[in-house]
Amino acid sequence: MQLRYYLIRRLLLMIPVLIGLSIITFVISHLVPGDPIRLAAGPQARLEEIEALAREFGMDKPLHVQYLNFMKGLFRGDLGRSMLDHRLVRTDLVRYFPATLELVLVSMTFAVIIGIPVAVASAVYRDRWPDQLSRIFALSSISMPRFWLAIMLQLILAQYLRLLPVSGRFDPRTPFPCHRTGLLLLDALLALDLKSFGLALKHIALPAFCQSLTALALITRFLRADVLETLHKDFVMMARASGIPEQIILFKYVLKNALIATVSMLGFLFGFSLGGSLLIETVFDWPGVGLYAMKSAMALDFQPIMGITLFIGFLFTLVNLLTDAMYGVLDPRIRYG
Amino acid sequence: MAAEVAEVLRPREWLGRWREENQGRIEEWRRGVYRFRQSTLSIVGLAIIIFLVIVALTGPYWVPYPEDAVGALHMEERLHPPSRAHLFGTDEVGRDIFTRVVLGTQISLKVGMMILVVAISIGVTLGGIAGYFGGAVNETIMRLTDIMLTVPGIFLALAITAALGPGVTNAMLALSIMWWPGYCRLVQAQVLSAREEDYVQAALSIGASRPRIIFRHILPNIISAIIVKASMDIGFAILNLAALGFIGVGAQQPVPEWGAMISYGRKYLPNWWWYSTFPGLAMFLTVFGFNMFGDGLRDVFDPRARR
Repeated sequence: MQLRYYLIRRLLLMIPVLIGLSIITFVISHLVPGDPIRLAAGPQARLEEIEALAREFGMDKPLHVQYLNFMKGLFRGDLGRSMLDHRLVRTDLVRYFPATLELVLVSMTFAVIIGIPVAVASAVYRDRWPDQLSRIFALSSISMPRFWLAIMLQLILAQYLRLLPVSGRFDPRTPFPCHRTGLLLLDALLALDLKSFGLALKHIALPAFCQSLTALALITRFLRADVLETLHKDFVMMARASGIPEQIILFKYVLKNALIATVSMLGFLFGFSLGGSLLIETVFDWPGVGLYAMKSAMALDFQPIMGITLFIGFLFTLVNLLTDAMYGVLDPRIRYG
Repeated sequence: MAAEVAEVLRPREWLGRWREENQGRIEEWRRGVYRFRQSTLSIVGLAIIIFLVIVALTGPYWVPYPEDAVGALHMEERLHPPSRAHLFGTDEVGRDIFTRVVLGTQISLKVGMMILVVAISIGVTLGGIAGYFGGAVNETIMRLTDIMLTVPGIFLALAITAALGPGVTNAMLALSIMWWPGYCRLVQAQVLSAREEDYVQAALSIGASRPRIIFRHILPNIISAIIVKASMDIGFAILNLAALGFIGVGAQQPVPEWGAMISYGRKYLPNWWWYSTFPGLAMFLTVFGFNMFGDGLRDVFDPRARR
């Protein structure tokens, strides 16, 4: 009951935030000193052609009318149209988003699977070599320019050693079995096509690894601190005094309590990764939202940029809401306020 | 009154008195320095930063080919591998990459610092106002902050730089705009809790003005939190500037910015590997240095954080 009210309240609070975001993106996209319409019409366009294009996109109207039209479209789920190729932004987002989602999901999974044991080991062997090693690793991976690391790994693993494909999501010469979810790994599994699965996995391995480093470093550091703090709680001493084996104390009692904060961080990291994927997508030519945003920005095609920013903002807020809700489910001590 | 006393006393006595008056603070500093020195990593970080600052300041006087940073072309020497004449090799128009990496240090450090100065000025002012006045002012400012924090910074920064036109200045501006909300939130929360403290109530009761309370009484108490965050953020600001340069909306040719150099060098992989490699290494060293230094500072200012 309480949870439901909390969710409804938070969902309602999302509305002003998203309206604010739409205003900010709208203002930014109209800051352009160059004339995007002229740019889209091409260098040889005549005046009538430019005017026709401006009319088509409603750019001949005053700014507030333009904004209202933009909002009206938004409520119908219409994110506008690209000025360059006249494609619907929504269609393109639907096409590009699964690639980004798959990249972020795989990288987050990797970060969690590796991060949790490393953090626990670090806490248990505090200030001894496993801890120092993981500290140095964490510090270097958040300091590493990820796009540069991506280029270097691409150079070594893909171009010199030829272990992995250089770029892209899938081998362009092989037809893909089926498209259901747009997530290639999942699609391949659903079609029971192990060969395609392996191929997709090979393609995603490098981008996902580079993408995961920030999340991995943060999970390792924060979880280590939480495990250490929990290890000093009274209930742990109590458990030890009752003779419960150390392994059980560690994984059943300590980790369960320490993980709560990490779970809440995952939501933030997910949103953060969605943004950070822009660079990785550029390096690996990964056909996701980031690459789409970059291409649109370079062409000063602002309709897609507004659409993408709003879409990512919406997702980010939603994910944060869900993690906050989950936080309460995981930890009954927390009351929704 | 203090000035009169200082005139009468001889310098040594004055120093002694100053020491006596500020004994607590000096003791705190001593402990801080001690804690900082306990951590090898932060000393290494500090050493890296000092080294980079020296390189940035003196670089223009000793680099072998200073003209290579401002658009010189030596087509006969294009894409030479690292050698004694060109430690890091040469790029596609024959410019010395070592020279460009060294001169890039100055750009990165300068812009990184400027991004933070702008971001902190905006963030601290707005956060201070929001936290101190509360009510509708607080709501308005904090909702704006929330909105800015909704979208991953790089997306908006990309849009802003694309709109304003590519270049280091616009990239810096875009990143500053993206960066202030973090400080605003930090300061707002701290001011909100400091407002109830006794020393603020005491200042209020003897009639101190609100700006005076915020800037003279509250701010010095929360400055350590800001410094710690800033020392870590400089590295990330440099990283983001390079990211914008890499995408192509940051620094443009012939400006020797690391991110842009990596981006140009990428076209010459895998055969001409040195082009992208060295600017990236320089960047890694810089960000690593600031992160380690920041880590050490956090231990100094907040010993509880070190577990």
